[in-house]
Amino acid sequence: MPFNLLVLSCLLYVAFLFAVAFVVERRAARGRLGWLRSPLVYTLSLSIYCTAWTFYGAVGYAARSGLEFLTIYFGPTLVFIGWWWLLRKLVRIGRQYHVTSIADLISSRYGKSNLLGVIVTLIAVIAATPYIALQLQSVVLSFGVFASAAPDGSRPLDPGQTAVWVAVGLAFFTILFGTRNLDAREQHHGIVTAIAVEAVVKLVALLAVGSFVVWGIAGGVADVIARIDAADLSAWQVEPGRWTGLIFLSAAAVITLPRMFQVMVVENEDEGHLARASWAFPLYLMAMSLFIVPIAVVGLERMPAGSNPDMFVLTLPLAEGQGALAMLVFLGGFSSATSMVIVESIALATMISNHVMIPLWLRLRPGAAAADDLRSVVLMARRLAIAVVLALGYGYYHVSGGSAALAAIGLIAFLGVAQVLPAMLGGIFWRGATRTGAFLGLVTGLVVWAYTSFLPSFGPGAALSQAIFADGLFGLSWLRPQALFGTQAMDPITHALFWSLALNVLAFCLGSLFTFPGPVERLQGAAFVNVFEGAVGPQRWARGQVDPEALLGMAQRILGEETALSFFQAAARAQGKEGFLPDPTPTFLDQLETRLSGSVGAATAHAMISQLVGRATVTVEDLMAVASESAQLLEYSAQLEAREAELTRTAGALREANEKLTQLSLQKDAFLSQISHELRTPMTSIRAFSEILTEGDLPPESVVRYGKIIHDEAKRLTRLLDDLLDLSVLENGSVQLNLGLASLQGMLDTALTAARQTRPDREFLVIRDLPSEAIYLKTDADRLTQVFINLISNARKYCDAARPELRIVVRQRAGRVTVDFIDNGKGIPKDSQTLIFEKFARLTDANRAGGAGLGLAICREIMTNLGGAVAYLPGQKGAAFRVTLPLRLERQAA
Amino acid sequence: MRRPKPPLFLARAPYRRRRLRDAARLLPVVGIFLLLLPLLWTQDSRMALRSGDVIYFFLVWVGLIGVAAAFAAGLRGGDGTDDEED
Amino acid sequence: MAKHVLLIEDEPNIAEAIRFLLTRDGLRVSHAPEGDTALVMLRQDPPDLVILDHMLPGMSGLEILTAVRADPQCRDLPVMMLTARGRDREMAEEAGADCFMTKPFSNAEILAEVRAMLSQPRRAV
Repeated sequence: MPFNLLVLSCLLYVAFLFAVAFVVERRAARGRLGWLRSPLVYTLSLSIYCTAWTFYGAVGYAARSGLEFLTIYFGPTLVFIGWWWLLRKLVRIGRQYHVTSIADLISSRYGKSNLLGVIVTLIAVIAATPYIALQLQSVVLSFGVFASAAPDGSRPLDPGQTAVWVAVGLAFFTILFGTRNLDAREQHHGIVTAIAVEAVVKLVALLAVGSFVVWGIAGGVADVIARIDAADLSAWQVEPGRWTGLIFLSAAAVITLPRMFQVMVVENEDEGHLARASWAFPLYLMAMSLFIVPIAVVGLERMPAGSNPDMFVLTLPLAEGQGALAMLVFLGGFSSATSMVIVESIALATMISNHVMIPLWLRLRPGAAAADDLRSVVLMARRLAIAVVLALGYGYYHVSGGSAALAAIGLIAFLGVAQVLPAMLGGIFWRGATRTGAFLGLVTGLVVWAYTSFLPSFGPGAALSQAIFADGLFGLSWLRPQALFGTQAMDPITHALFWSLALNVLAFCLGSLFTFPGPVERLQGAAFVNVFEGAVGPQRWARGQVDPEALLGMAQRILGEETALSFFQAAARAQGKEGFLPDPTPTFLDQLETRLSGSVGAATAHAMISQLVGRATVTVEDLMAVASESAQLLEYSAQLEAREAELTRTAGALREANEKLTQLSLQKDAFLSQISHELRTPMTSIRAFSEILTEGDLPPESVVRYGKIIHDEAKRLTRLLDDLLDLSVLENGSVQLNLGLASLQGMLDTALTAARQTRPDREFLVIRDLPSEAIYLKTDADRLTQVFINLISNARKYCDAARPELRIVVRQRAGRVTVDFIDNGKGIPKDSQTLIFEKFARLTDANRAGGAGLGLAICREIMTNLGGAVAYLPGQKGAAFRVTLPLRLERQAA
Repeated sequence: MRRPKPPLFLARAPYRRRRLRDAARLLPVVGIFLLLLPLLWTQDSRMALRSGDVIYFFLVWVGLIGVAAAFAAGLRGGDGTDDEED
Repeated sequence: MAKHVLLIEDEPNIAEAIRFLLTRDGLRVSHAPEGDTALVMLRQDPPDLVILDHMLPGMSGLEILTAVRADPQCRDLPVMMLTARGRDREMAEEAGADCFMTKPFSNAEILAEVRAMLSQPRRAV
């Protein structure tokens, strides 16, 4: 097949994936994911376990080592069918504590220690780099197969150049869809779905070529069985140690590989999906390996001696003249490589940015948590990290020259990430595991792995000298990298597996047994180990003196304005408060920390809140106090407790009702005397001047002037009466709404024009985004415009900036529209923010330009009648008001 | 929040659900046993590639998947309740 | 010399009306829109009578009155309070106001009251 056609279909395929990811992101943004959140997509996304190494390499593996390739699938199968043991707990912890990566899990469990996060990140990056290189190599090799098979003599491709293009393309795709938003819990729907599509492509490709081999080349199942028995492979033998070790290794890898953790825990939408995946994922693995042996056997028979068995899936159909099938296989392999690289680089980038870049950045700029826009910094860090990871992968490929040594790297990488296993399992099953233990275990494992497996993989004389191989480090023969302590009986991978994990576990256990954990660490340990038993005892934050507005500011810089505001609003509502600022209770601080850790990791989130709250965390004494307290409490019967709670509740409700009544009565008195004042003021002027005019004997210009004053004051009186009437109608809910479709843009135009009458002398800059205003609302246009006029007039009246500006921001989400009016003035002090919506609650103003202070009260009532709300929006630079209303107001809601 | 002390004996349905969880926990152990068993078949404790082995492994595999699927259906229902057993 | 009246009132129209009435009656009227200015003016140019509005932005009328009465120089200064609300009378009385006008008042009323207060001899210390 023409080589250009191959490149073209490759590009078309990538464009298709882009489209899938794009469409899904769009749907996710509108909250309409539907079946895209199904267990099926979850299961398929897990298939990134099967990389190009298994897609192409499994056949080669089978051709070289018989059934051993199955061990790579057996491990994950056992882990998944045993999900009730481990995966369920892992996923629950991940969801409950907003874990962003495996490094975050370890760091968070061991007292939010960033050092551990850095070590895990380091291990992951070292192990993943050759693995990514392997994927690039496989794509290059498969291109090469087509290029050499091209009979039309088209120019064979430069492998280095292909690798560059693939790496750049992948970086682009990953950055585009992988760094849309920060939060781990709402991210990457696009990528996950694209991965699921790729999973289908690679499965179909492998099944197609397998079916072709069994029923197209060989004569059916019976014939294949006969051929297997006749093949050379029968000579191959396996050692029990290696067989068992490899099953264990792949089982460990499937839980510790960063990319698996990403799709399995971080991207998990629903714990129920895991139940389905517990059998569906092993089924996928089985289907993937079903035809491996037949393809290997037939390939060895049919292909010329010396051809690369790793490429049999591709070369076999090509040799048989099945161009379309080969094309499909090529896309399958391409899918395996790309999906692995995309998810791996996202996972690694999260780790690198959260555990290395951001902490460093915060260290270099201590005030940064409160000052800068962290969100964009984190996103930039993540983009940079993705580029770095792919550059490392490409660099490794380039340096190693795509040698055959790469093929062995898969298991070595597995072993590298498996070093995290003891700290991870210990962390979620053993409360006694400590930070020091984890640190010692990880470092020991890393060193032993590097010495016995990773460095020797470059070959004798490369990373480790020939002498070390032969005589051991420092000439000590018991330190030979592939025969530690004289153990020569094992093959290198089993040897490295045995020693690295044995020493790792030993260091981990001894370290944990002989050290004493700090309070945060003990809390986290209890929280993780007892994750199914509900929330654990004491809060991690004492009640501190912290300004909730500062917290909101920080949260906005990490979560983004909208998310932070709605999070704070929900918390405030849960505390029974209106507006956007909850009290900084310990519970709230905990929730906020968990939420933030979903974006920047537990260690950073903890550090940032500490910066604002101070080191008001718990001590060992607090822990003990809580423990003894709960022991005492246990003695009370549950009944007594329930009754007490009920009493407290009733008392609370009564007190609340009483307070409300008192308040109402006070409010009524205040309201009446306010009205009296507001009515008497214009009447005083009218009466005085009318008496003066009746006396006559005035110069004509004074007559005109006084007449005008009387007229103005009469108008003011009328307006006041109108407002009062309006308010009472609105409050009674007996208002007649005139519902119809109206353009938001039109309403804002009208309002801006009308509001220009207020202080017409002021130059006022209005910033709008017209496209976002192109919304048709079903509402009462006159009433809504009235609200807009009021808010804009207020800004014109009260904004005290030298160059006043008003920003109008329109957003639409899930059937609701928000319109924000934000000026650049001083804003409204916090204690007045809820007051301003009360009747006659005019703030002390030097320039009250008429109006009786009923404006915002009326606005509030109108918005309630329109099924929406108007609220003060804190945390902006100036005074800001948010109007929220439904896109389509239904009549019964009115 | 403390939960009331778990009752010592259970009604039939919860009892069955707990045993189902036990079975689900046992499944990977059975799996390991079955996947390591062929190591003992051949002489020299070494295993060669024969079609019989291939068929055996795939049968075990399918069996494990089938049983896991049956368990998963039963376990998913009780999953949301959080009542940790033992 | 013309008697001096200090008018403390935030509503510009009401202030203008009172100023017109009193000036026509031969009095000298100075006007302060709020408390701080008023207290400064009180010291710089001591009046013979203070007309004080009850509802003011910033410092309320009552607070100004308390401040005036706390100042030994002005302790005996006659003060007329303009109130809109009936209920505030007691509080104003307690704080030491000499006379009240309820808004809206008639011109004749306020003139008569001002004249009466100015013609009274100063209270003995």
